Amino acid sequence: MTELEAGFVAALEAESRIEPRDWMPPAYRQALIRQIAQHAHSEIIGMQPEGNWLTRAPSLRRKAILLAKVQDEAGHGLYLYCAAETLGVGRDELLDLLHAGRQRYSSIFNYPTPTWADVAAIGWLVDGAAITNQIPLTRCSYGPYGRAMARICKEESFHQRQGFESLLTMSRGTPAQHEMAQAAVDRWWWPSLMMFGPSDDESPNSAQSMGWRIKRFSNDELRARFVDMCVPQAAVLGLSLPDPELRWNPERGHYDFGEIDWTEFREVLRGNGPCNRARLATRVQAHEDGAWVRAAAVAYAEKHPTPPR
Amino acid sequence: MSSEPVTVDADIAEYGLRIGDDALILAQRLSEWAARSPQIEEDVALMNIALDLLGQARTLLSYAGAREGRRRDEDDLAYLRDEAEFRNVALVELANGDFAVTMVRQLLFSAYQCELYRRLVDSADPTLAAIAGKAVKEVDYHRDHAEAWVRRLGDGTEESHARTQAALEATWPYHHELFEDDSLTARLAGAGLAPAPGSLRDGWADVVLPLLGKATLAVPENTWAPTGGRRGQHTEAFGYLLAELQHLHRSHPGASW
Amino acid sequence: MSTEWPLWEVFIRSRRGLSHTHVGSLHAPDARLALTNARDLYTRRQEGVSIWVVRSDGITASSPAEKDPFFDPAADKVYRYPTFYELPPEVEHL
Repeated sequence: MTELEAGFVAALEAESRIEPRDWMPPAYRQALIRQIAQHAHSEIIGMQPEGNWLTRAPSLRRKAILLAKVQDEAGHGLYLYCAAETLGVGRDELLDLLHAGRQRYSSIFNYPTPTWADVAAIGWLVDGAAITNQIPLTRCSYGPYGRAMARICKEESFHQRQGFESLLTMSRGTPAQHEMAQAAVDRWWWPSLMMFGPSDDESPNSAQSMGWRIKRFSNDELRARFVDMCVPQAAVLGLSLPDPELRWNPERGHYDFGEIDWTEFREVLRGNGPCNRARLATRVQAHEDGAWVRAAAVAYAEKHPTPPR
Repeated sequence: MSSEPVTVDADIAEYGLRIGDDALILAQRLSEWAARSPQIEEDVALMNIALDLLGQARTLLSYAGAREGRRRDEDDLAYLRDEAEFRNVALVELANGDFAVTMVRQLLFSAYQCELYRRLVDSADPTLAAIAGKAVKEVDYHRDHAEAWVRRLGDGTEESHARTQAALEATWPYHHELFEDDSLTARLAGAGLAPAPGSLRDGWADVVLPLLGKATLAVPENTWAPTGGRRGQHTEAFGYLLAELQHLHRSHPGASW
Repeated sequence: MSTEWPLWEVFIRSRRGLSHTHVGSLHAPDARLALTNARDLYTRRQEGVSIWVVRSDGITASSPAEKDPFFDPAADKVYRYPTFYELPPEVEHL
């Protein structure tokens, strides 16, 4: 082992941060770029299913809350792209990979939001799952990523509470509202569980990721944590979860739940989910439509190097 | 229409609807840009402007409802009025078009709001004055943002220049409506409650015209001046906008969200 | 002509802070938009904050480990690695 490698390993063992100018194994850099980029892309694509309801929000207060949320998501994407850039890759490069379908985003956003209640369900379940995943990432070995996570978690917990509150209001509202809320939860429960990924023995990168202190807990551990959190919350909401096998297991100290149908997950990953094509097309369209705008800004900057006020 | 005696309450309520509807409808248009902006940073900026405008709308509509005395809250006013009852100008209901149209529209409108709120801060009505006090800082930022973009688009590439000149030609006719005076505004101005819209034009032009010049844009001729928004006469696009805005709320009468 | 907007580093001093701290970065075509974007992204409508934006390539940085293979004491960048660095194809797969 070289001196630089030894330094890297020692830093990991001491639970201290790896910062942008530190030496790191190329594979560590690659793994981080891949993970951070995927995370960033998810935030940007995630604006679409919720943004779908901005113009139709049923009260001005909910409209404002949703506007703030979608704005925050754009912001989170930006924090994450910047963290990825500290690893030596440009944002444009990452976006090109996304647009070409060569980098991914969280498959949860390939599901549609056919009703208003889906927006609330996303807030409660999808943001809840994301937070469960992200809190351990705040202690990730790579400094910029950990710091971005801390900032994001703070903002996202606010949104999760809003989603929960919205579902609660609907659940306790008119029969039509209650039905809408229940139908949405039925749609989003299993995909949310799939957000944590398959069991780690089937996940090739997990062990290495743990060794590098990027990943802190296994997929199954995080999923269990999420389920344990949601079950009592569902009871407060007065909504059922679509799993007849859900029950408390006193020996494990966790809720048991049913088998996840991973074929659906694999299909969505393969690009055959309900919205994959539409989500990417919208994103690519926005980028292409905006090319003349970005070019104009660059041209202006070149004409006016010391900007006039 | 009944001919009830004009009261200060009714006048202030009507005025609140005018400037509140302006903000509400433009917020609605801007939110259509979510996930569609030319750069992710611009998504953040446009949603920020939309949020500010929505906040102004909510305060103004709530206040209008309170003065009107018919127990209508912000949601009743936003979701249950029909087209003919909306009091916004046509400029804010125009389709977003491309980014040049959106930024030119924003410049013309925000520069107007800057003038408006700067003067409304001195309103004899403490609530209007307070609303203006908060809004003045927000719209200054909106105008600054639109200004920066109109300059860059006007004086950028050949393509951006052409698009921005076209955008200006298309939106210019709609600015006249911002400065229309009528009997309501005359009464409000007389009572020191709100500035006469016509009196805002010069201050607006002092900002907008030089800027258009710096952006290498030609000021269009004043030919056509569409009007009617303050009297509930709107463009064909407005019906679609309202349908989208109101449909879900109207589908669940009396429900809380 | 590249249409990529350059990278800027953002430093914020909150109202009660004593000095500017680095909060992150963003892309903007020029200083004015960098400042307004920084305000939107990093202060989220808070008032009374002071913002500095600096082009990333305008910053010269030291290296924590002098044996760092990329260390060039004359003119080192904040975290931009040499331009010959390329993403290998492995990045395609999860």
